Amino acid sequence: MPAVSKGDGMRGLAVFISDIRNCKSKEAEIKRINKELANIRSKFKGDKALDGYSKKKYVCKLLFIFLLGHDIDFGHMEAVNLLSSNRYTEKQIGYLFISVLVNSNSELIRLINNAIKNDLASRNPTFMGLALHCIASVGSREMAEAFAGEIPKVLVAGDTMDSVKQSAALCLLRLYRTSPDLVPMGDWTSRVVHLLNDQHLGVVTAATSLITTLAQKNPEEFKTSVSLAVSRLSRIVTSASTDLQDYTYYFVPAPWLSVKLLRLLQCYPPPDPAVRGRLTECLETILNKAQEPPKSKKVQHSNAKNAVLFEAISLIIHHDSEPNLLVRACNQLGQFLQHRETNLRYLALESMCTLASSEFSHEAVKTHIETVINALKTERDVSVRQRAVDLLYAMCDRSNAPQIVAEMLSYLETADYSIREEIVLKVAILAEKYAVDYTWYVDTILNLIRIAGDYVSEEVWYRVIQIVINRDDVQGYAAKTVFEALQAPACHENLVKVGGYILGEFGNLIAGDPRSSPLIQFNLLHSKFHLCSVPTRALLLSTYIKFVNLFPEVKPTIQDVLRSDSQLRNADVELQQRAVEYLRLSTVASTDILATVLEEMPPFPERESSILAKLKKKKGPSTVTDLEDTKRERSVDVNGGPEPAPASTSAMSTPSPSADLLGLGAAPAAPAGPPPSSGGGGLLVDVFSDSASVVAPLAPGSEDNFARFVCKNNGVLFENQLLQIGLKSEFRQNLGRMFIFYGNKTSTQFLNFTPTLICSDDLQPNLNLQTKPVDPTVEGGAQVQQVVNIECVSDFTEAPVLNIQFRYGGTFQNVSVQLPITLNKFFQPTEMASQDFFQRWKQLSNPQQEVQNIFKAKHPMDTEVTKAKIIGFGSALLEEVDPNPANFVGAGIIHTKTTQIGCLLRLEPNLQAQMYRLTLRTSKEAVSQRLCELLSAQF
Amino acid sequence: MRLKRLGELCKRREGLEIRFILIQNRAGKTRLAKWYMQFDDDEKQKLIEEVHAVVTVRDAKHTNFVEFRNFKIIYRRYAGLYFCICVDVNDNNLAYLEAIHNFVEVLNEYFHNVCELDLVFNFYKVYTVVDEMFLAGEIRETSQTKVLKQLLMLQSLE
Repeated sequence: MPAVSKGDGMRGLAVFISDIRNCKSKEAEIKRINKELANIRSKFKGDKALDGYSKKKYVCKLLFIFLLGHDIDFGHMEAVNLLSSNRYTEKQIGYLFISVLVNSNSELIRLINNAIKNDLASRNPTFMGLALHCIASVGSREMAEAFAGEIPKVLVAGDTMDSVKQSAALCLLRLYRTSPDLVPMGDWTSRVVHLLNDQHLGVVTAATSLITTLAQKNPEEFKTSVSLAVSRLSRIVTSASTDLQDYTYYFVPAPWLSVKLLRLLQCYPPPDPAVRGRLTECLETILNKAQEPPKSKKVQHSNAKNAVLFEAISLIIHHDSEPNLLVRACNQLGQFLQHRETNLRYLALESMCTLASSEFSHEAVKTHIETVINALKTERDVSVRQRAVDLLYAMCDRSNAPQIVAEMLSYLETADYSIREEIVLKVAILAEKYAVDYTWYVDTILNLIRIAGDYVSEEVWYRVIQIVINRDDVQGYAAKTVFEALQAPACHENLVKVGGYILGEFGNLIAGDPRSSPLIQFNLLHSKFHLCSVPTRALLLSTYIKFVNLFPEVKPTIQDVLRSDSQLRNADVELQQRAVEYLRLSTVASTDILATVLEEMPPFPERESSILAKLKKKKGPSTVTDLEDTKRERSVDVNGGPEPAPASTSAMSTPSPSADLLGLGAAPAAPAGPPPSSGGGGLLVDVFSDSASVVAPLAPGSEDNFARFVCKNNGVLFENQLLQIGLKSEFRQNLGRMFIFYGNKTSTQFLNFTPTLICSDDLQPNLNLQTKPVDPTVEGGAQVQQVVNIECVSDFTEAPVLNIQFRYGGTFQNVSVQLPITLNKFFQPTEMASQDFFQRWKQLSNPQQEVQNIFKAKHPMDTEVTKAKIIGFGSALLEEVDPNPANFVGAGIIHTKTTQIGCLLRLEPNLQAQMYRLTLRTSKEAVSQRLCELLSAQF
Repeated sequence: MRLKRLGELCKRREGLEIRFILIQNRAGKTRLAKWYMQFDDDEKQKLIEEVHAVVTVRDAKHTNFVEFRNFKIIYRRYAGLYFCICVDVNDNNLAYLEAIHNFVEVLNEYFHNVCELDLVFNFYKVYTVVDEMFLAGEIRETSQTKVLKQLLMLQSLE
């Protein structure tokens, strides 16, 4: 057997490597490397032509230096020279250097490809091998262009050596993966399939990989590979352990080839009956062999044997058509569940998970429940426990759900932090899916919150509320249970949320019991109030106003609370607003109005569980296609999430019957038809427009209002005698949410009220807006709210248009305003020091990157106002950066889905001339342009 | 119904291959890195560090498999060296675990009781061994006899 002595071949290289290893410090190493680099450079530049050996040695040293992590910026040419050497060792080093330091220098690529071409044509199997390995390692498009036509010929030529065939097959595979369009199918494909019959098992091994990949994309063309693969597999599995000589590994015949053949078969459905019989025999043989006593005690033997077994089971599961095999596979895996090898236990759990979803083997999998539960409790490796959780989830059905959920809950108490959230989601889904008795469901979710409150996401507690609201048989129980749970001295904030919501809706169901009288309920909730975060407090305030309606006797107590300074003057706008509004509502509204506004929430529409959507999302890449749907689902749910309904949304939930009389109420998104001709004369244009896509001219004055919103997010966007449109919006990175409030200023209802968001064709790809239609009827004096979810995909210039059509007292109204969603809303401020600022400023000195505007001041030139506007614009205001203190500079990053764009700005006021000069520098011209336009209009 | 499942499967199996092979010592020094997917240099360095971090904390009671980003690492420790192969999550764990051992047995034969230093001083030969056994992210040759015969032949050309 061959053996090589240390560093034979190149003495200089061995010495250099030893030197590096002896360096005591990083500095010494760098010094030694620099010395060597200087030496090599001088040799390469020297007058004396270097012989092949020296060139090889120096190139190899450069490669070693590169692999240590240092940059190499020369030597490529010398490496390319080595390719044309006639000595194997020199050629090998040249190819290795090219493969490792692949360089896109087009001049070199041509030279490299030329050398490869010569070697491929050389008929020297060693050189051909080197060339093919280089193509397979680099796999660039240029190489595919040059060789994709040539390699199939090498592969199927009758006189090609076996080892070259192996390399050619995989080389072609690489090119097909990187540039499938450049690999032409042709006569060679049928001949490649027949390589499955080749005498040389190494050729079969390589060819099987190629065929599998090609068959995935072109199943029809490679269909004949199925019967060939089955006969090959059959010959392997029935051979005695010595038949295959070289290819027997620890008494297992050709394990890797068997695995590859079994994978190839997984590209196809079960084959025709004749072939199928042989395949079933093969699979049975593999299952039988697993039961035989091992031929060796070595782990290599069992691993190789089981690699084939697991792949066979994958194929059985893939076909999912032979109950007998499925049950045998399940029993085999069941044995592994208690094997002493952790690897086998892990793999058995993983594989059984897929078996659980087959109708034929589901029951067989269930028999192992005790073992799996035991694994959850005793396994030392967290990844094994994770697989046990997955399997329990997969095998769960109505018969064993209570047991599995109970076990998961008890495991949750000690579970690793990394997998808690996933377990919480799984428990929540199982509890909902298999709940016969919804009191069990409520108990389970409250337990979840108690045990792992921090890992209970919004989706989970939203869901429990949706279910309680939709099922009146469980409401009383839910109220009683949350009331009891809230008695605990320390309870999780999520419990306060659920408790607050449920008592606000259904507290009356338990108020008859003196132990949970209205005042006691209120005091219990309010005792948690001060420990909670702002969103929870906001929710509790809504609960309180609901209490005012449910329990008139506690109204004074609640009014006192709302009236206190800590509410009415709360620093948080949302809390303050709720306190003010609710206090006012409780004082001015009659009992009837209160009862209408604060009535019980209507049932939620049935939709896919948001928790399931979340779990799918967590599951990652395997369900990428679902991801978009999941996101959409989530965004809908968040809007529709069970925030207790304040006054305005309740109005939405009680559609006026008159809307339905028109037959349009159910389809609020339908374009409003033209009104009867009794309309006012000023509406002639609208009378003849028959489609909602015809947009009314922008409302007068809206341009000015639009500009006002560039530096702020809240306020009134539009107002006329009939309608007021208010906005409240928030932005974070490339996402935003805008609340649009439509106020009916009249005492008559608006009918067919249809706001539409319109993005021009230019804008559409760059800005995503999502919203739900609002109720088509707006009562006189009422306000309805619409939420728009915003995603900035790429930078944009235009603004979307909000078009509102509605009928008011028989006349058709049409209003269009620009919606102030502007590019600067996606600014994130960036702080930086003066030096950094000017360094970046200089980097963006390309003329296209800078946009400048000199303009006259439209407003008084007040420093503080200007500062506030720049901050409102979204960039950071950088103090003490500009040498002239009168100037303003700012910096920030525009976040879009596709990219982030750094922006620098400088505003130079000239008080005497009452002028400004504004300069914007960003990496993108359109962005500089748009930001400059928007900001110039502000001063 | 079959057709649909076939379609799903193809999606699942897409890009099935070895992503990289790493040999590292306990201190995290790389002794071999062979990449079968395009990464830039920074990304490679990050991957090397991450693999070292996830693999070295595990002990003999753990499995030889670790989930890693969207892939998994199949690894085996020999004295002070970790041999790691990064593959697709659906790939066959035990087949790669034994592919590592097969590779190590070849190295052992070729270098006559291989030790870490052999891999340092003969780094350019280790690449040749790898290419004989793995190519384009696939297993190329599994017969130790055939691989060693070929290596011996190449050795004689020096």
